[in-house]
Amino acid sequence: MWKRKDLLGIKELSADEINQILDQAVPMKDIIKRDIKKVPTLRGKSVINLFYEPSTRTRTSFELAGKYLSADTVNIAVSTSSVVKGETLIDTGKTIDVMGADVVVIRHQASGAPHLLAKHIKAKVINAGDGAHEHPTQALLDLFTIKEAKGSIEGLTVTILGDILHSRVARSNIWGLKKLGAKVRVAGPSTLMPPGLGDWGVEVYHRVEDALEGADVVNVLRLQLERQQKGLFPTIREYARQWGLNSRRVSLAKPGAMVLHPGPMNRGVEISPEVADGLQSVITEQVTNGVAVRMAILYLMTGGGVSDVPR
Amino acid sequence: MFLVKGGMLVDPAAGIKAVRDILLQDGKVVEIGEHLERPEGAEVYDATGKLVTPGLIDMHVHLREPGLEAKETIASGTRAAAMGGFTSVCCMPNTNPVTDSLALVEAVQAISKRDGAVRVFPIGAITKGSQGQELAEIGDMAQAGVRAVSDDGKPVARAEIMRLALEYAKMFEVTVVSHCEEQSLAGDGVMHYGPMSAMLGLKGIPAAAEEVMVARDIILAEAAGAKLHIAHISTRGSLELVRAAKARGVNVSCEVTPHHLSLSDEAVSGYSTSTKVNPPLRSWDHVSALRQGLADGTIDCIATDHAPHTIEEKAVEFGAAPFGLVGLETAVPLIMELVRNKELDIERAVAALSSNPARVFGLPGGTLQPGSPADLTVIDPDLELVLKPEDLRSQGKNSPFLGTELKGFPVLTMVEGQVVMRERNLLAD
Repeated sequence: MWKRKDLLGIKELSADEINQILDQAVPMKDIIKRDIKKVPTLRGKSVINLFYEPSTRTRTSFELAGKYLSADTVNIAVSTSSVVKGETLIDTGKTIDVMGADVVVIRHQASGAPHLLAKHIKAKVINAGDGAHEHPTQALLDLFTIKEAKGSIEGLTVTILGDILHSRVARSNIWGLKKLGAKVRVAGPSTLMPPGLGDWGVEVYHRVEDALEGADVVNVLRLQLERQQKGLFPTIREYARQWGLNSRRVSLAKPGAMVLHPGPMNRGVEISPEVADGLQSVITEQVTNGVAVRMAILYLMTGGGVSDVPR
Repeated sequence: MFLVKGGMLVDPAAGIKAVRDILLQDGKVVEIGEHLERPEGAEVYDATGKLVTPGLIDMHVHLREPGLEAKETIASGTRAAAMGGFTSVCCMPNTNPVTDSLALVEAVQAISKRDGAVRVFPIGAITKGSQGQELAEIGDMAQAGVRAVSDDGKPVARAEIMRLALEYAKMFEVTVVSHCEEQSLAGDGVMHYGPMSAMLGLKGIPAAAEEVMVARDIILAEAAGAKLHIAHISTRGSLELVRAAKARGVNVSCEVTPHHLSLSDEAVSGYSTSTKVNPPLRSWDHVSALRQGLADGTIDCIATDHAPHTIEEKAVEFGAAPFGLVGLETAVPLIMELVRNKELDIERAVAALSSNPARVFGLPGGTLQPGSPADLTVIDPDLELVLKPEDLRSQGKNSPFLGTELKGFPVLTMVEGQVVMRERNLLAD
């Protein structure tokens, strides 16, 4: 049984809890592949998507996950909400709460915003990405994708490549991979590397070739192009040449190594088109798995339909 | 007449740490002795088992008045001070308007006289409006009794302006207090830069942001032969710079806050905005260096940087909250904990809270030698309390120490012979 009220990060989850979600996502994926993609499991439950940042795939993924399970889903786009009238996060949360929301899925540019919300509302809170802190559902779908292909996470070498400093995807992946027994390497320019990674049991590389050698999985992070304007690296061109993943570099990893990217991609910057669309890329599979994993999370967290477990 | 009997008197300036009786009359200390007779009509306070110290002086607080009365007023802030055992506070000029002229200094003094429960010494601004462009009228403000100037919260970015301020303030024997923060390095950081900021995904303020400006200001003060006081020192590197400067005779002093001595950046992990403070809570390595620096005398003073904010301002996302926490009412128990843990002598602790700030700014008090002002604090080292928000007399409830057990609270605060707090009850109202 799932015990937590909220899903705020991977760091506080146990390996058992992570595996419980990954296992539950397997039958959920079957539902997505059916012709009629709807089960009554969460009928009468409401899921609110509260997104303070633009998002296509995460928001749509949560919305479809809820709908496939028959939950009522509502999207709040902050740009057309009372937030632009100056309403605070706590007040917005309380308003949604008293309307009877069961789950609030929040995406916010401020690290810790989901924690603040969770402290003040009764509804369950799912972190759909907070600042540079965590993006737990992305890590869970990455773990699911790797496990599905490789059978197990334990003992794999996973290289996370790019802007680690600003990446919530990297943080959640590092925690999840470590908990499931993978060896984690990170690579990128030193100016995009947070301090103290060594303490997390992560190997830090600045030469991408070294980081890729013998890797089972390469997870390429999105580069936010405005980082260049802040002077964190000289040019987009140099970034692509020094740290971009191309076919030649992929060949340094193990044969059959998987290439992941959380999207949206900057083709030709952090990843070359031939790698993004190549045989080793599982980037589109990740998107499908994202829906399955989010269905599993919604199902587990709402203690969904005891009798009609979709196995 | 008031007789404090049987307490352990700690008066570092007089070199006394012994059980003594203290007789006070007409706002002055009259006599100190081992067994003083109770003169007729004198009120007696039994301080047996308690510590008796010169009235504590907090050289760095934000009273927010005028202009920011939703956060704090001189009335509420000085009552918080009285509860915290402080008989004098020095208030920073970052009010609205900024206290940067004689008229505004006199306004703060007048409000303090009317509403204040303890002595208030306004600190003037270094530059007009604390904009860092032109010197404020430091000479005029000195005439009104200003002993120190600071652009606290808005560090003087241009080295030339800081050089001029040091040269100019020296003429009036006014101390320049520097909030050291190189803003191009601090950027929009919200906590200490290190493994914790990496883990929490919050932007970091590196130790170097403080240290480069400590180095700059020491060099400028040395060249000018002027007196410099470093506010809320928070890093190992800053301490080493101050230690080296003192060794070669530079007229530099510094202060540390109780929260930088008690908490590390690990306290930020729950995203509580009460832990968002500038300079940020540092890692344990820095905390232990600060404790060492206070114990060995490199750090002269303890000051709270009491910074009240409204509940609404702090009940937001960590990144969006203003910096600052309230410290007046928790300073003494936090320091007493260091004393209990033998990280700090009681004499050093009391000196850092009384005689040293009095010396650095040239303020009255700081000792209980006969003839001194009857400013006195009694501390019960065994009194344990768990403070709730409503227990704080400050309007600000932004303290990371609420709900935790604290030990060693003031039980008597006397200002110029008037008891303003007794047995945790305010008498100033």
